[in-house]
Amino acid sequence: MATPLVVSEVAKSFTMHLRDGVRLPVVANVSFSVKSGECVVLGGPSGVGKSSILKMLYGNYGVDEGQILMEHDGKLVNLATAEPRTVLEVRRATLGYVSQFRRVVPRVSALDIVAEPLQARSVALEDARARAAELLAKLNLPKELWSLPPATFSGGEQQRVNIARGFITDHKILLLDEPTASLDAKNRAVVVEMIAEKKAKGTALIGIFHDEEVRDAVADRILDVSAFSPRKVAA
Amino acid sequence: MSAVPLLKVNDVSKFYGSRIGCRNVSFDLFSGEVLAIVGESGSGKTTLLSCLSTRLMPTSGIVEYHMRDGQYRDLARMGEAERRFLMRTDWGFVHQNPADGLRMTVSAGANVGERLMAVGDRHYGNIRVAASDWLERVEIGIDRIDDQPRAFSGGMRQRLQIARNLVTSPRLVFMDEPTGGLDVSVQARLLDLVRGLVHDLGLAAIIVTHDLAVARLLSHRIMVMKDGAVIEQGLTDRVLDDPREPYTQLLVSSILQV
Repeated sequence: MATPLVVSEVAKSFTMHLRDGVRLPVVANVSFSVKSGECVVLGGPSGVGKSSILKMLYGNYGVDEGQILMEHDGKLVNLATAEPRTVLEVRRATLGYVSQFRRVVPRVSALDIVAEPLQARSVALEDARARAAELLAKLNLPKELWSLPPATFSGGEQQRVNIARGFITDHKILLLDEPTASLDAKNRAVVVEMIAEKKAKGTALIGIFHDEEVRDAVADRILDVSAFSPRKVAA
Repeated sequence: MSAVPLLKVNDVSKFYGSRIGCRNVSFDLFSGEVLAIVGESGSGKTTLLSCLSTRLMPTSGIVEYHMRDGQYRDLARMGEAERRFLMRTDWGFVHQNPADGLRMTVSAGANVGERLMAVGDRHYGNIRVAASDWLERVEIGIDRIDDQPRAFSGGMRQRLQIARNLVTSPRLVFMDEPTGGLDVSVQARLLDLVRGLVHDLGLAAIIVTHDLAVARLLSHRIMVMKDGAVIEQGLTDRVLDDPREPYTQLLVSSILQV
């Protein structure tokens, strides 16, 4: 089976120059791979570096050492060292991300925020909006909200917009940062079903889920991130 | 994704006597890419923008532009007439103060139409149609086409300046603090507009701003300048979410949260 994501010996630390240059190691020696159709859940206590790993995979945290290899457009790309425009191209075509929070763009409607990733893949506006409407309906977002910018939405409503936006494309790799954290049971079940559909289509998923029920329902494998704790390596 | 850069900047420095304007700046810009240059006042952002857009001659270094005929031309070696033609057709320049980029005493329609005439359009009817189309795209009511920009608000003037610059379908647009001096609701509208136009037209743009929120919303890449030098650069969300240099960390941590 194809393995679209391979992470090899990745290390990350923060240097806080405003705090007298204190160096905070985050993770070290992170190595794992994810196959098509598999959902790997990052586990371990808070603060152990789960979100940092997802952010490195998406390219919005820098990587000190190691490689993040993704299969993109028939080639292998090392995201740890790629040029900005390559990272953006990988995000457009291969790598999706559902964040916990999303910065909202003033004046852009929820429907268009969801449709945008499809439009960026040259799908016609009406078709992209139709697909966006399907997803928002599936996630039970009230129809009267679709034409509004999500700035004033509740946490759960904003999160459903994020989920729809992340799931609308057929990207081969999908990162999920607590997508169900502020959802009620009914909508959690919808998301679990959507993840199962992605797996059936061969998407490689990497996620963080604190909700045990959801985690048990979606995870093929749980990766204990505390194994990558740099403090243990030092000892 | 095009394989060759639109603009190649190699080791550009500008000195004002013994004072440093900017020094040793090198980068490539590709079509469709939006680059934000950030840094505090006096860090050399505007000097660099002026050197890139031929408004100032660099003291040393080379800026090359990929012309429509497929050749690279060294901007410093271009004739004055050719450079002016480039600035009027293939490039746009959006000033912080719209009065610097508009003709305040001719009508809004003529401000847009003038750039079209510069590229050889002579048919009054066509020019007026194109001008009305662009006023509509920048959300200026068609009933204002014969008014002079003196009678416009700051936000409208800025939108008119953008229409004037984009009407000739430029490939590269320079913007110097395009939202500076506008109040926040007007800023939001302008940002949304610029964001949409850049995306729809596939423009390359270089935007100087001291506002990191503007950079986050509009740009793909960021260059952080301090004392005339580029101290950090990279993907916009990487630089803002994981700043590496002490000065960048200071800038990012100084943003006021709403």
